[in-house]
Amino acid sequence: MTMISRRTLFKGAGAATLATLASPAFAEDKVKVGFIFLGPIGDYGWTWAHNKGREALVSELGDKIETIYVENVAEDASAIPVLRDLAQQGCKLIFTTSFGYMDQTLEVAAEFPDVKFEHCTGYKRADNVATYNSRFHEGRAVLGTIAGKMSKTGVLGYLGSFKIPEVVLGVNSFALSAQKQNPAAIVKVLMIDSWFDPPKEAAATETLINLGCDLVTTHTDSPAPLQILEQKGLFGFGQGADMSAFAPNAHLTAIEDIWGPYYIDRAKAILEGTWTSTDTWDGMVDGEVVISPYSAAVTADAAAAADIVKAGYMDGSFNIFTGPIYDQDGVERVKAGEVMGLGDLAVMDWFVKGVESAA
Amino acid sequence: MRIKLEKRREPSMAMLVTTPIASVLLTMLIGIVVFDLIGIDGFKAVVDIFLSPLLVSYKWQDVAVKAAPLIIIALGLSMGNRAQVWNIGAEGQYVIGALCSAGVGIAFGQTGGFFVVLLMIAAGVAGGGLWAAVPAWLRTKFNVNEILSSLMLTYVSFQVLGYLVGGPWKDPNGRNFPATAPLADSQTLPVWPDSTVHLGVLIALILPFVFWVIMARSEFGYQVRVVGSSTTAARHGGFDSKRTIWATLIIGGAMAGLAGAFEFVGVLHKMDLGFPSGYGFTAIIVAFLGRLNPFGCLIAGIVLAVTYVGGQMAQTSVHIPNSTAGIFQAMMLFFILASDILVRYRIRLIASTKAAGV
Repeated sequence: MTMISRRTLFKGAGAATLATLASPAFAEDKVKVGFIFLGPIGDYGWTWAHNKGREALVSELGDKIETIYVENVAEDASAIPVLRDLAQQGCKLIFTTSFGYMDQTLEVAAEFPDVKFEHCTGYKRADNVATYNSRFHEGRAVLGTIAGKMSKTGVLGYLGSFKIPEVVLGVNSFALSAQKQNPAAIVKVLMIDSWFDPPKEAAATETLINLGCDLVTTHTDSPAPLQILEQKGLFGFGQGADMSAFAPNAHLTAIEDIWGPYYIDRAKAILEGTWTSTDTWDGMVDGEVVISPYSAAVTADAAAAADIVKAGYMDGSFNIFTGPIYDQDGVERVKAGEVMGLGDLAVMDWFVKGVESAA
Repeated sequence: MRIKLEKRREPSMAMLVTTPIASVLLTMLIGIVVFDLIGIDGFKAVVDIFLSPLLVSYKWQDVAVKAAPLIIIALGLSMGNRAQVWNIGAEGQYVIGALCSAGVGIAFGQTGGFFVVLLMIAAGVAGGGLWAAVPAWLRTKFNVNEILSSLMLTYVSFQVLGYLVGGPWKDPNGRNFPATAPLADSQTLPVWPDSTVHLGVLIALILPFVFWVIMARSEFGYQVRVVGSSTTAARHGGFDSKRTIWATLIIGGAMAGLAGAFEFVGVLHKMDLGFPSGYGFTAIIVAFLGRLNPFGCLIAGIVLAVTYVGGQMAQTSVHIPNSTAGIFQAMMLFFILASDILVRYRIRLIASTKAAGV
């Protein structure tokens, strides 16, 4: 008897849940677009910028599409059920916005051939998996130029996440640009094995300062390093978004990631049925990498030097990865006059001369 | 009128069974109230976390895959807890087990097949057991508290993991991301067609019977229970409590290692820094919610797996962070530990004859 009553109880509860699951917000006619985010949308960095892109998509195509997003998705197997969940909820296009979702994206994409996936910063594609990335290293060249001009000690700190090409490129671009302004500049690199971990980011920033760095830039996602720099009266840059609100004095400028136009393009392609698996790598000239306004602390000659780099990327006349480029051991890796192509940059796994790293 | 706690002569069976259920229900109730207070639809959040994974059939496989390691680890832990041996480091034994399994897989390269997979799982069991043997040795030799030593070894295991996946075992084609190369298909566990349910899930369903037979019917099980209830009695009975400490810690570690090997060979197929997912810690909740009974562990493992899967569902539906599930899990443990008092004591309301002057 108890069995029956328990069963009916579940039935009732089941009907209630299914009713709530099919909430009216998900109208039938709109195309669903899903996003998975690495951090919280309030990280004021990487994830925040991707969420801005999502919001741009909604304001542009909100009458035809709706978005579903999930925050704090770890770059491990737990991403798989989240992705599956989005596909099962009927998403036609899903953006996976961090490098570590690569294999999970391909795995779930194989299960849902009718759903299109877009993996940010990865290099594995399939018929229904495209990749997209930004040429952040162009922005890093601007930051490096300012850093080279403004550092008094010539010892620059670089707080990194993982030693993957995306990060290595940024370090090299920053170091080469700084050395153009100050040939003796060295860059000390620390990798913290995480993209978003404010306490760890803050601690690593302190370490870099203790190693003699008077300017620290980051390839991690929170404003925590800037807050430390603010306390110490030193300088740094925002990552992913303008972070000046967190460190009004320390924040010189920032690389802003503008994802909106790409998200709008790809969602339009879904609506028009023209989506294909592509590999997109846009930069400053496409408006995907934007440099925030310089703060008052940026000296006039630093600003002028930075503007030259910026203009060079806008008209295509400048590329920081132009030889001669030497690696950490002093071996010439790129001959004078040669320019590294995007294909070479995408697999770059060595640091340039003047970079000091544990690994 | 005053309330008095009166010690029961025998622990109450009724309370032993009803308090875990009450703990879950009370957690749900408090969840609804707290979420409503902070402006989130509490009812929907709690329904999503505790019921939706059971009602939506495509989530059953996720529940099964998450429940398997919890059940397997909790079985080992509850045996130790019965003997008053407190292994808090199952998470580390789980990681080391998976690493040993990965080491065997890497050593065989692309060679797979039944025996290689069997060897990988055996390596996981051995690795987890050996990692737990360290606290056993420290406890029996130097009387070092195993709660501390096993917990601290967990953090050591994370460092070992970080070193191996970021160094010698790093995938040469992985562009430097700290992770091992994915296993060859022939090195993975068989899965139920068109699902993610692997062979380890079936074993997680069988193991509670094995543990029940050991605990209830074997001399070893009797010894564990006697040592747990009183070391003096155990000594009079001729039981060696040191041997019990060694055995229960190693079995607990071996089970955690088995779970880690299954997770690696059956689900993830590669090791990365995200591998320690907290199963080893959550299994402690499973063991207590299951009242250290093998079948209780089975049911409690499913309940906790539901909260994991439900937590993920609530992320998309009500936009609450995934860590909410962790808060619910902790609340359940809190209530089950607090309600223990009802098992051993009864509450009496006593009408005071005089004014309550102290």
